[in-house]
Amino acid sequence: MIQLNKVNKLLPLLLAACMILFSHTSQAAIDTFEFENAQQEKTFHELTKLLRCPKCQNQNIADSNAELAKDLRNKTYELVKQGQSKDQVVDYMVARFGNFVRYDPPVTPATIFLWLGPLLFIIFGLLVLIRQIKKQPAKANNLDDQEQQKLQQLLKQHAKDTKS
Amino acid sequence: MLNKRRVLTLLVPFIIFIIGAIFLATPLLKGSDPSKLDSALIGQAVPEFTLQDIYDADKQYDASIFKGQKMLLNVWATWCPTCYAEHTYLNKLAKQGLYIVGMNYKDDRKKAIRWLKDLNDPYKISLFDKSGMLGMDLGVYGAPETFFIDSNGIIQYRHVGDLNDKVWNDKLLAIYEDMQ
Amino acid sequence: MLPEIGQFSLILACILSLLQTVYPLYGVHTGHQGAIRSAKIFTILQFVAVATSFVILSYSFLINDFTIGYIATNSNSALPWYYRLSAVWGAHEGSLLLWVFLLSTWSIAVALMSKRLPIESVARVLAVLGLLAFGFYLFVILTSNPFDRTLPYFPIDGRDLNPLLQDFGLVIHPPMLYMGYVGFSVAFAFAIAALLEGRLDSAWAKWSRPWTMAAWMFLTVGIALGSWWAYYELGWGGWWFWDPVENASFMPWLAGTALIHSLAVSEKRGVFKSWTVLLALSAFSLSLLGTFLVRSGVLVSVHAFASDPTRGLFILGFLVLVIGGSLLLYAIQASKVKSRGRYQLVSRESVLLINNILLIAALIVVLLGTLLPLVHKEIGLGSISIGEPFFNRMFTILIVPFALFVGVGSLFRWKRQQLNDLKKPLTMILILSALSTVIFLFTFAPSLTWLAVMGTFLGFWIIVGVIYEIYLRSTHRHRFSKGVMKLGNSHWAMSFGHFGLAVMIIGITMTQNYSIEKDVKLAVGEHIAFEHYDFHFDQVKPHNGQNYTATMGVFTVKKDQQAIAVMEAEKRIYTVQRMPMTEAAINAGFTRDLYIAMGEQLPDGAWAVRIYYKPFIRWIWLGPLLMAFGGLLMLCDRRYRSKKDNIENSENSENKPAPVGGSDA
Repeated sequence: MIQLNKVNKLLPLLLAACMILFSHTSQAAIDTFEFENAQQEKTFHELTKLLRCPKCQNQNIADSNAELAKDLRNKTYELVKQGQSKDQVVDYMVARFGNFVRYDPPVTPATIFLWLGPLLFIIFGLLVLIRQIKKQPAKANNLDDQEQQKLQQLLKQHAKDTKS
Repeated sequence: MLNKRRVLTLLVPFIIFIIGAIFLATPLLKGSDPSKLDSALIGQAVPEFTLQDIYDADKQYDASIFKGQKMLLNVWATWCPTCYAEHTYLNKLAKQGLYIVGMNYKDDRKKAIRWLKDLNDPYKISLFDKSGMLGMDLGVYGAPETFFIDSNGIIQYRHVGDLNDKVWNDKLLAIYEDMQ
Repeated sequence: MLPEIGQFSLILACILSLLQTVYPLYGVHTGHQGAIRSAKIFTILQFVAVATSFVILSYSFLINDFTIGYIATNSNSALPWYYRLSAVWGAHEGSLLLWVFLLSTWSIAVALMSKRLPIESVARVLAVLGLLAFGFYLFVILTSNPFDRTLPYFPIDGRDLNPLLQDFGLVIHPPMLYMGYVGFSVAFAFAIAALLEGRLDSAWAKWSRPWTMAAWMFLTVGIALGSWWAYYELGWGGWWFWDPVENASFMPWLAGTALIHSLAVSEKRGVFKSWTVLLALSAFSLSLLGTFLVRSGVLVSVHAFASDPTRGLFILGFLVLVIGGSLLLYAIQASKVKSRGRYQLVSRESVLLINNILLIAALIVVLLGTLLPLVHKEIGLGSISIGEPFFNRMFTILIVPFALFVGVGSLFRWKRQQLNDLKKPLTMILILSALSTVIFLFTFAPSLTWLAVMGTFLGFWIIVGVIYEIYLRSTHRHRFSKGVMKLGNSHWAMSFGHFGLAVMIIGITMTQNYSIEKDVKLAVGEHIAFEHYDFHFDQVKPHNGQNYTATMGVFTVKKDQQAIAVMEAEKRIYTVQRMPMTEAAINAGFTRDLYIAMGEQLPDGAWAVRIYYKPFIRWIWLGPLLMAFGGLLMLCDRRYRSKKDNIENSENSENKPAPVGGSDA
């Protein structure tokens, strides 16, 4: 039985190294920024929830402890303090990292289905409902095949009984 | 009895599903990595910057160094194990005559200089981006990354991950050769 | 030796599942009674085999058998025994074993509790379940074997369970969730069996209903548990992120909710039959899709298991066979179905269908939002992200018509409802809910926002609607106190279900609009105050656990000058994985949570601390619990009890003229 103590020591180190590169710690990343007014603070918080950490496993920059997320938070703070609006900061980030970095997708011919899809389905569904109602037979056909069979049997039986 | 029209209507879910399945299968068959991002700067010039030389703090560079010939910009750091793995290949490419500019990203100057001394310096110019400001302007999200820049200073492509024989021969060499 | 037995048992279960599929179907086709009856026997045997495997894996975890690769990767000898057992389903291979074990559990339940069904129907259902199991067994044995050994070399200790998973949440969330996911396979099997037979009468809907309801209940609880767990574990006070894996669980739930309502209509009125079947097929298909998304690596997610394209392709292949096959069968067989009932545009049937449409529209929102980034990238348009802002906005829009109908839908009569008759009830409900909203917001809201007013109003609209409807139903023929006793369990199920939804809506509204988050720098001895609360940073002290070391921050909380709690927030470092973790301190309350998370120590000795005030956040999980309780009540309804009660009940059903509100759900 070979005891791989060495491997065991390396393993956590390797893991830690990987984590620097592919950080996914979902820890509360707490910075202590100070803002001039409540509106700026609100914009900052909205932005850090809207912007995505480009290298994390699906986290916004508010929740990630990754180095890059920290840099982006600092940059966001800097821009907000300069007085830039939410849209301006988003544009700044998109210019550098692409649309991946915003959790609110832009409306393009490709993404329009996000909104059209459900809308069309609702319209389609309502149309089908109305058509189904209109298509209903004037006289209620209350029996399905199984019950129809049973009815026929009973009628046959009744005919037999009344005959005898 | 099959009501043809009804069957066709009811086949819609099936058709939608098959189309969906094809879209799900494609990335698996291609082996594509959903966390790899395309650069937002393709077709644009390298953003303006002022950075120190890694060896000499008094020497500074700006975006003009990317004009005049086609080249690679390699983003690296001593804390990045994959950069260690790709370094030998960079040396090989440099020996072949490729013009490579290095950008040390968010690192310790002394460590970086020692690294270049120990492993060889394949870079014609070595930028020192301690704060990561050029990195952020370039949209760097994880070392190592390599930018392909043409003689007009326009970014033509960005490769994420290490450079090695396979990826160079399969894909990147063609991109490099196509560049002006 | 034991792991080999476990593996062998798994292979045995695989073979038995194949027999469970083939032989009974052969029996049904040829009329061979013995073959038909064998379905039950094979199901029981399969259960014994897979249970053996599961128990062996669990036992191996308990005794720290690190010769098994899966255990070496996910456990450690310093891990407390209850986490060692939960680690069984902590990663890919083991969670699949849990999946297949639960599938067998549901199958044996169907086999043993379907005495009143024709034996051919049960045989078909068990055969379908067997086929599903067979696919999963193949997947596990060929690509994800939990019993793979690391011999001849093996580590002396394991790599430890991910610290994030070392929590009570791991003990209950996955089992509950999987019970739901897997439970929808029963509804799926019933639907396929009905399609195979070519018979979609109301009997199918009646048999299918309790199983679907049970699965839905588990899924509701499972999702709520996941949300609650994320909230207290992750340290950012969030309870839902619209992460692809979360969405993967939410989609079957949406389909399932539409299904339980549609089944009710199909059973009682004989309409919507094709639609209900499609929903039954969809619910489980979405469960399978979820399995694919979580394990294939096509989407980026914090929750995803270690991904592998080979596994992904296998699951996708399985998906194409199962879902594609079922949808083809649907197209052919469902075209022969004729609905026998009639109903007008203004009727309970319509209202239920409209809300079904809204639920599926919501499902489409989630589906598109989750998958579009993948499609967008595949067609070469680059990477995009779709997250919270998008989903929240769409759901805020959809909830409005949905909640409005939920509140008053039960007042609509079956077949035909005169709008004039509803004028008085609707006006009453409008006035009462508006009043309740005003009083509630006046008491609990520090300011008013449009969204808060709308959300609260919708919640109270439903609550008032539910109470009013109970009142109307109870007083239809008797005095209230007598009438309320006569309401059946299934009626209470409906009331609790809808009431739970309202509670959740109010909880979400209040939390989203009135939460306060403060990231501050506090040195020991300092304090911060807001919203009637004062937080005083008392001290920092070490506090170590079985497999971690920790620093604990102690805070005294005062409300309006009165000390109400001492909160202890920890920053832990787990010894093996060297992973830092925050254990937030939460002071839970019915109307608000206080939440403190410790950050890093700053250079000047002070600490970064995050303090949250979260109003009504517990209501977000109380709601689903009430909904699930409603589901439980439904299962306890008299119609599912003894045969004698059954006859009584059927005499009381739709043949009698319906009072306002119609017969019960």
